[in-house]
Amino acid sequence: MAENALSAALPQDQSALKKTMNLFLWGLILAVLAWSWEGAEMRPMALWADSSNMGIFAADFFPPNFRDWRLYLEETIVTFQIAIWGTLLAIVFAIPLGILSSENVVPWWIYQPVRRLMDAARAINEMVFAMLFVVAVGLGPFAGVLALFVHTTGVLAKLFSEAVEAIEPGPVEGVRATGASALQEVIYGIIPQVLPLWISYSLYRFESNVRSASVVGMVGAGGIGVILWESIRGFMFPETCAVMIIIIATVTCTDILSQRIRKKFI
Amino acid sequence: MSVAVEIEKLTKSFHVRAKHKTVALNEVDLKIQQGEMVALIGPSGSGKSTLLRHVGGLVQADKTSGPIQVLGETVQCRGKLNSNIRRQRAQIGFIFQQFNLIGRLTVLRNVLLGRLGRTPRWRGSLGLFTHQERAMAVTALQRVGLAELALQRASTLSGGQQQRVAIARALTQQARLLLADEPIASLDPEAARRVMETLKDIHERDKRTVIVTLHQVEYALKYCQRAIALNNGRIVFDGPASELTPATLNNLYGVSHLERVEEAGSGKIGSLQPSAA
Repeated sequence: MAENALSAALPQDQSALKKTMNLFLWGLILAVLAWSWEGAEMRPMALWADSSNMGIFAADFFPPNFRDWRLYLEETIVTFQIAIWGTLLAIVFAIPLGILSSENVVPWWIYQPVRRLMDAARAINEMVFAMLFVVAVGLGPFAGVLALFVHTTGVLAKLFSEAVEAIEPGPVEGVRATGASALQEVIYGIIPQVLPLWISYSLYRFESNVRSASVVGMVGAGGIGVILWESIRGFMFPETCAVMIIIIATVTCTDILSQRIRKKFI
Repeated sequence: MSVAVEIEKLTKSFHVRAKHKTVALNEVDLKIQQGEMVALIGPSGSGKSTLLRHVGGLVQADKTSGPIQVLGETVQCRGKLNSNIRRQRAQIGFIFQQFNLIGRLTVLRNVLLGRLGRTPRWRGSLGLFTHQERAMAVTALQRVGLAELALQRASTLSGGQQQRVAIARALTQQARLLLADEPIASLDPEAARRVMETLKDIHERDKRTVIVTLHQVEYALKYCQRAIALNNGRIVFDGPASELTPATLNNLYGVSHLERVEEAGSGKIGSLQPSAA
């Protein structure tokens, strides 16, 4: 009796059509998964079958060889420097571009083209940009900086504009009512509201740019990636292991550092 | 005495859905002299806030509207804002129901923002305010009784305090006309009283024109000489606030409304929106 009363009290929204639709959706998801399994040539058994080979391969990495640690450290610092400049330039450009792609600030004929441009910057991976810039400005870290800069600008502009689109309109109107210019409305009405988020996004992108900077070297754009690539290609696994350990340590340090900075600002 | 605000045939309609619009203001004519303190009253949706926002140049009227003149200059005409609107907004102080301060900035900096319309743009944009301007801001804060909180973040203040900071911002702006849009609707009675006293003080001592929208008639009676009542986008009463007796209000807003007021009861003369605030 009590159960009957309960089910009567609840709205009967699970109609037959809705249930069929749900079932269909699950079927679709499973179909996509199966289809992708084929395309990606998934062979989990290989891990099992070749486990002895992999054991030997893994053993080759140990003990790690830190003989050239001075070189590794120097290149790690370069990697860090690439990430710093790539991120800084991206932040500087993403601020105006982010505001210009916010629909609550500018009309559609401004934010649509700017957004599409940022889509393009974001769509191409850093590695691809790195290859292009190596051709354009030559081998070396500067190509890496440019690659990170272009890609990160696309990412940050989108994240920045999402923050701007979520602001309270009131304070902006408060600034407007004083007779402020449009730029001043942005400086005083919008930026103080979005600053904590912007800092958080920028720090996160800095972390991921340290990771990315460690691989752009593989295509000749400077940093530890060059050494990593050379040692893998030369089957120098103990050296490869040393470089990987250094990269992990660097990324961990960056994480801890940015956590500290973030806490200070928010 | 010269005219502070002159409105001719102001009409504003909002498109709710396609091919369906509501008229918020319907051919409103209005003239307010300099040095008046006027209450705009009416239930929510009567158009009083919309009217005030048009005078402040924050929204544009319909194309059929006549000019809105403030202090002898046109703010907007036929739905087009004056090209000099930013300079005119500097003359008009606007107090909002939700205070509209910048929460992360200090109280002092919020007050200094009142100078934006009157300093060179580059200096205002960089936040380089002169010693004189800072002194002006501190004086304004002293006047509203909040100088000791000058270096706190605005978001740490209570609602009543924030509203007084907003008034200090308008003072620093040296606005000749003060528009207050429901300044006390979000405040408790004591904070509301202080805000209204501050506005009255500015009106009396500085001889500023003040227009304030209120939905509680008792405040209009207490602080304003003149009251203008709106209903459904039209002016239905314009005269001395003292004439707003319960009988008049009954005539203006109908019996059903008065019943609601009496339900809210407690001997008040009348709150047009007992459920609000």
